Amino acid sequence: MTRLNARIPEGPVAEKWTAYKSGSKLVNPNNKRKLDIIVIGTGLAGASAASSLGQLGYNVKVFCYQDTPRRAHSIAAQGGINAAKNYPNDGDSAYRLFYDTIKGGDYRAREANVYRLAEVSNQIIDLCVAQGVPFAREYGGLLTNRSFGGAQVSRTFYARGQTGQQLLLGAYSALSRQIAAGSVTLCNRRDVLDMVLVDGKARGVIARNLVTGEIERHAAHAVVIASGGYGNVFFLSTNAMGSNVTPAWSAYRKGAMFANPSFTQIHPTCIPVHGDAQSKLTLMSESLRNDGRIWVPAKMKDVEKLRNKEIKPSDIAEADRDYYLERRYPAFGNLVPRDVASRAAKERCDAGFGVGSTGVAVFLDFADAIKRKGHDAIDSLYGNLFQMYEQIVAESPYETPMMIYPAVHYTMGGLWVDYELMTTVPGLYAIGECNFSDHGANRLGASALMQGLADGYFVLPYTIGNYLSAEIHTPRFDTSSSEFKLAAEGVTDRLKQIKNCGGKESVDSFHRRLGKIMWEYCGMARNDAGLTEALYQLTELRQEYSRGVRIPGGLDEYNPELEKACRVGDFIELGQLMVRDAQQRRESCGGHFREEYQTSEGEALRNDEEFAFVGAWEYKGRDAAAALHREELQFKEIKLSQRSYK
Amino acid sequence: MLLYSSITKKVLMALAGLFLVTFLCVHLGINLMLLRDDGGRTFSAAATFMGTNPLIKVFEIVLFAGFLLHILFGVLVSFQNRAARPSPYVCSNNSDTSFFSKYMFHTGIIVFLFLVLHFIDFYFIKIGLVAPPPGIESHDFYHRTLLLFSTPWYSLLYIVCFIFLGIHLNHAIQSAIQTLGWNHSKYMGAVKFIGSAYSVFIAAGFSLVPLCILFFK
Amino acid sequence: MNFTLKIWRQKNATAKGEMVSYNVKGISSDSSFFEMLDTLNQQLIESGGDPVAFDHDCREGICGTCSLYINGRPHGPVKGVTTCQLHMRAFKDGVTINVEPWRAKAFPVIRDLIVDRSAFDKIIQAGGFVSVNTGGVPDANTIPVPKEKSDAAFDAATCIGCGACVAACSNAAAMLFIGAKVSHLALLPQGRVEAAKRVEKMVACMDELGFGNCSNTYACEAECPKGITVVNIARMNREFLSAKLFAEKEKIVQDSL
Repeated sequence: MTRLNARIPEGPVAEKWTAYKSGSKLVNPNNKRKLDIIVIGTGLAGASAASSLGQLGYNVKVFCYQDTPRRAHSIAAQGGINAAKNYPNDGDSAYRLFYDTIKGGDYRAREANVYRLAEVSNQIIDLCVAQGVPFAREYGGLLTNRSFGGAQVSRTFYARGQTGQQLLLGAYSALSRQIAAGSVTLCNRRDVLDMVLVDGKARGVIARNLVTGEIERHAAHAVVIASGGYGNVFFLSTNAMGSNVTPAWSAYRKGAMFANPSFTQIHPTCIPVHGDAQSKLTLMSESLRNDGRIWVPAKMKDVEKLRNKEIKPSDIAEADRDYYLERRYPAFGNLVPRDVASRAAKERCDAGFGVGSTGVAVFLDFADAIKRKGHDAIDSLYGNLFQMYEQIVAESPYETPMMIYPAVHYTMGGLWVDYELMTTVPGLYAIGECNFSDHGANRLGASALMQGLADGYFVLPYTIGNYLSAEIHTPRFDTSSSEFKLAAEGVTDRLKQIKNCGGKESVDSFHRRLGKIMWEYCGMARNDAGLTEALYQLTELRQEYSRGVRIPGGLDEYNPELEKACRVGDFIELGQLMVRDAQQRRESCGGHFREEYQTSEGEALRNDEEFAFVGAWEYKGRDAAAALHREELQFKEIKLSQRSYK
Repeated sequence: MLLYSSITKKVLMALAGLFLVTFLCVHLGINLMLLRDDGGRTFSAAATFMGTNPLIKVFEIVLFAGFLLHILFGVLVSFQNRAARPSPYVCSNNSDTSFFSKYMFHTGIIVFLFLVLHFIDFYFIKIGLVAPPPGIESHDFYHRTLLLFSTPWYSLLYIVCFIFLGIHLNHAIQSAIQTLGWNHSKYMGAVKFIGSAYSVFIAAGFSLVPLCILFFK
Repeated sequence: MNFTLKIWRQKNATAKGEMVSYNVKGISSDSSFFEMLDTLNQQLIESGGDPVAFDHDCREGICGTCSLYINGRPHGPVKGVTTCQLHMRAFKDGVTINVEPWRAKAFPVIRDLIVDRSAFDKIIQAGGFVSVNTGGVPDANTIPVPKEKSDAAFDAATCIGCGACVAACSNAAAMLFIGAKVSHLALLPQGRVEAAKRVEKMVACMDELGFGNCSNTYACEAECPKGITVVNIARMNREFLSAKLFAEKEKIVQDSL
């Protein structure tokens, strides 16, 4: 029954990638000119892939929904990018980075892919520096590193709190150079709404020009999806407002399997929700946990007084504070991984000890750090983050503790890909956050930027050649063929249907409802009954949506509501799949916490016997249930063990 | 000239402007000689020197070229600037900037109009294009000046024009330094201060002459 | 809080636009400016109206998508923030707020408050990069960079390409945007190699696109949400002059095959 073949090269894990590269087929430069590639998305993965492929000589078309490639949401990543350079001489190596990533992912990632990621990480830093990315430096002029997310070595390169921005601008500049050279064509303000398959292979896309509303057909020899994650299924997340699952979801509908959709990362340090009109959550860098101490009041009467504003946080005596991370995890304290920190915050708030006007927040306190290191030292480390917090909340973290709460941040699940980053549809690739491959059930800090750039700069340019070498005799495709016509008509019909359904409610109001269901039942903690309830509610929501949404404006003009409507429609369907995946996985691992499966101390309890697999879902039709396929994970290098941060 | 890049245009304008700034200092020096109580002997000697020295004659041409360049580029860039925003804002700009920095073209026009008047009153008489008023020789700038400044409205107009010139200069000097790329974190504060002090000095210095004539002569 | 909004409505690039008044009520002072506009749009949609189109994406002040000219100031009355980070507590209850799109010849209006800023992309394509390929670069630490230079380069590189500088400038000049990119790369040894060519090409492209000239009013600096200073413009001028004055005449060298 399994159709999943990861095509992992033979040999020891450390030699697989070298062996692959030596054995893969190449495309002659003259033939590259005759081959077209479509790249969807211009974040770190998309921009780096498009520029690298263009530089190799392929004809590349790159799509983004934003007005320019530089706005992709990779730009918002704050913390840093990991690489096993071992510049600080603290014992780092590709193997250690590999080991930490597998362990951090709670043993639900594929060894071969993760090792390759660790292996190419160093090249990324070299390239980015050559592009002019202004990483932080020592006075001697060389690069500096910091320890991030509780790693025991300092392997994170950073550019103040704006590493994602600087890396993306580097990739964007490389992309711009290729656009100027004519090897890459930019299609901005376009939503890719469907994939086109010809004889079972990915051969193009259907896109909507967001300015004119025109439905466009684009053909290519291969299609690369780099459209990022699907955190916006929760409505409130740290993702950009426009981040969406639509390209990946249309690939899923065309036969690409979707793996581990329930694996989402909830980031522990975000600014709490202020009210019903809230549209978006803002992340505060994880680095804050290096010096900040997380606590809630230990006594219920203090909680009440705080909420009634009778006392200030600083009025609560040291003995009456519950530093719950330090209490529960004495070894790692405030630096436990993201999933652990998030769940602990939820546990306290659920028990009624939450602070803030809504009671869903915990304190992140810098008073001790300021006393210990001095105001100026803290300012130089976190000044810009404190400023950002003050702008949003209108309270100074120097004077009163910050309030934080976990928020949806990253999605580890995504399109299933093999070792070559190809989905189950031949010629259709998925890179960056939109594939499932490298982070297992939980992603470590500073690994997302690394993966996006690794896929785009150093992996895909090799692996796609192996596929395209067999396509050199395939002539360019005619977009008037029946396959393109059918797909384009399908998209037009769908848009008309949404537009003309005659409903009254706005898209956002459905999106909010979807978010509430997902956060309530498929968020930080899940259980079987809740998931069943979620499935029921989602089915209702999907039906209501199909006849209840109101889209003002026309199809052939700039129409933001119509854009959102397509995205939310896909999110609702994805939500159903996420819930089914969460229900199927009767264990707790990483970001996926099933309340039925926990240790007596409330920690995640994995079940390696039954669930050491990647769950890949196959689309079976609009109203049919998706079919689950398993890719068993083989751990040859690393011994599975219970994660412990005590 | 049209084909020059925007930066080249601005740099040429800045260089011409800085040259005019130095000329103002020389002109002011001669003007202040009017105030010496010797019946205009020092002033006339200086005026004769300026009018006859061959080197100065050459510089006169350079000076005119400087004016021409500064004015032509000023007009050109202003028109380009207007074209760069064909539909204006409904709500006018409230950005935190010095008010007059946005009106360099306008203060420039005032200074230009003054220049025309000044030419009619002095330079054109000197070169014989305009007949001097009765009783005054065409080279007798001293009495010509006394006569003009004894009219209060003329003195007032003159002073107002120099206040606008001062405003123009106040922005112009540091702006020229910035355009030439000499903005340096250590020295820009001093440049701005010196520029402002210089503009006050020029405006006040030139205004001193009519004030003295009006009240003390 | 309650507000009267006067918003520029324009159906498409060619249509004539006008300011239209709206009232919004019951806005939390903790709401962001966009959450206030979201509320307005909800009202408009539910009452059968046409929602206001505006550009926005990350809503955390880094992507540079947002672009509103609020009460005569790009990104509104608070210094150093983008519109998405502007909160309603910055306004007095009951006031009238004017909202317009960026206005410049090089930034034509697409709809309502949305403008086309692809001119910025074209300028970067003209030379805002270091010409290195993926692969074949030296180890990162073989290029030492003085920390002060690296920090100054970062300060310039922090530009988010929102276009507030152009919107604020009385001449719709793009000098701060280009100055920042030229500075970022000219300050680093990696970028020095082609610094002369880069500045010439980028400035030429800027002129071609119809941006105005710089008259050093420094409105750009006052409105830049990332605090980029006009020192970068001076540096670009310097780079440009030295490129023009000292660059040798270009020779066309053919690589032998």
